[in-house]
Amino acid sequence: METNEQKSTILDIQNVSISYGSELAVRNVSMPIFEKTITAIIGPSGCGKSTLLRSFNRMNDFIGNVEQSGNIILSGQDLYESGVDPVEVRLRIGMVFQKPNPFPKSIFRNVAWGPTINGLSGNIEERVVTALKQAALWDEVKDRLHDSALNLSGGQQQRLCIARALAMKPEVILMDEPCSALDPVSTSRIEDLLFELKREYTIVIVTHNMQQAARVSEYTAFLENGVLVEFGDTDQVFTRPENQRTEEYVTGRFG
Amino acid sequence: MKDNNLNGRHLLAKIFRWTCIAVTGFAVLILGILIYQVTVMGLPWLDMQFLDSFPSRFPERAGIKSAFFGTLWLVSLTALFAIPTGVLAAIYLEEYAKPGKVTRFIELNIANLAGVPSIVYGILGLALFVRFFHLERSVVAGALTMSLLILPVIIIASKEAIKAVPQSLRQAAYAVGATPWQVIRHHVLPSALPGVLTGVILALSRAIGETAPLIMIGALTYIAFIPEGPMDEFTALPIQIFNWTARPQLQFHELASAGIIVLLGVLLVMNSVAVYIRIRGGRSKM
Repeated sequence: METNEQKSTILDIQNVSISYGSELAVRNVSMPIFEKTITAIIGPSGCGKSTLLRSFNRMNDFIGNVEQSGNIILSGQDLYESGVDPVEVRLRIGMVFQKPNPFPKSIFRNVAWGPTINGLSGNIEERVVTALKQAALWDEVKDRLHDSALNLSGGQQQRLCIARALAMKPEVILMDEPCSALDPVSTSRIEDLLFELKREYTIVIVTHNMQQAARVSEYTAFLENGVLVEFGDTDQVFTRPENQRTEEYVTGRFG
Repeated sequence: MKDNNLNGRHLLAKIFRWTCIAVTGFAVLILGILIYQVTVMGLPWLDMQFLDSFPSRFPERAGIKSAFFGTLWLVSLTALFAIPTGVLAAIYLEEYAKPGKVTRFIELNIANLAGVPSIVYGILGLALFVRFFHLERSVVAGALTMSLLILPVIIIASKEAIKAVPQSLRQAAYAVGATPWQVIRHHVLPSALPGVLTGVILALSRAIGETAPLIMIGALTYIAFIPEGPMDEFTALPIQIFNWTARPQLQFHELASAGIIVLLGVLLVMNSVAVYIRIRGGRSKM
């Protein structure tokens, strides 16, 4: 069990509110994301956890009539300040989505595309191999790198999507219910992978699976109706929650 | 055994299936009769002499050379003008335009334009290109008119194809730091290509067969030469066919049938090329 005092904040969420039209989806959320840790965001469906997550790398920009207030600060840089290029934000904060969404291209090109279009320095091939190894996919695909990614199984596709994010060497990786479309075996492989990855990466994972949150994360945020009910050490949130609602949720009495 | 009228439902399914088969068969039959008649009448006239001669008032010396090359010129220039314009407009409307009243208004009007009679485009072409821009009765004037005519079809088909590209693909690309242009160029357009091509083929096929707008802009003339540049006068296959059918002599009607065979041949070749591109495009995506 690590102590949290030594961890430095890499992403600071300050008073963030997000609304779609007149509907307030996230209400005045403030929380830190600590470097090289896994933070889980849990809460019932429709509580705004995905919306909050997507605001971290400006993926909400593509949805019409979204209003956002508050600050999201990545290593001292406010991501929503005018003049900040959302493309650069997404270079520094990668994302893995709920359903595996590989490009309809070869396995190799799936991983190589991001570094290529961004003109990242270094050997692209090396980057791809490293990313595939980090994503624990290398052994399964090394002999068929030029096959279509669409021929992989769902779990392999999701690990490929993780490799695709890793190839950009982002500072933070956001995962939006990355295992919800996968079977238990694939899920546990990805959870093992997360343990490996947090040595080098900061991960924020949205999940509706509380066991998963308890297993993989060091910090947990519980969201309900867009309100951050509780944020703290995962151990503490799951065993000694301060808030009545949190306790009811993590013990499965609602949600 | 529960009686949930299974026999009745199976019977209904059978009736529906046979209705579909019958209707399809009827359409094919009509097409078959048409092709048969045209072939019987036109085939004896279809020889090198016919392909390699200019129109003449003597049926045995008349040919389709100027119309054939006129059509090639017309379709090439029309494709050149209409495909980039149409596809770019579709990209703008789907990928860049903010959904709202203005966009909806534009889309509604494009859909309406697709239903405007072709003769109206002819009148517009006559006033705008032939008279106002002084392009006279040139291939360019004809191609510009045809481009206006088929633009709505290309835009609508391309828009639908672009819309069918899953949002998750765009998100995946944006998430690795792509710019909108890179997302469109590398992911949206390749995925939409088969649909876009289908629209383009349909549109160009229509352009090849259209007669009314060309007559309107004055392409219904005796042309005994091949256009050598975009500013030359021209005639086209459907005009030549129309011209021959309007004459009283039977031989000219038979010549018209031969012309129709050539027109169908050109269409068939164009469609085959497009299908080939589609298949190749589908493979290279892998």
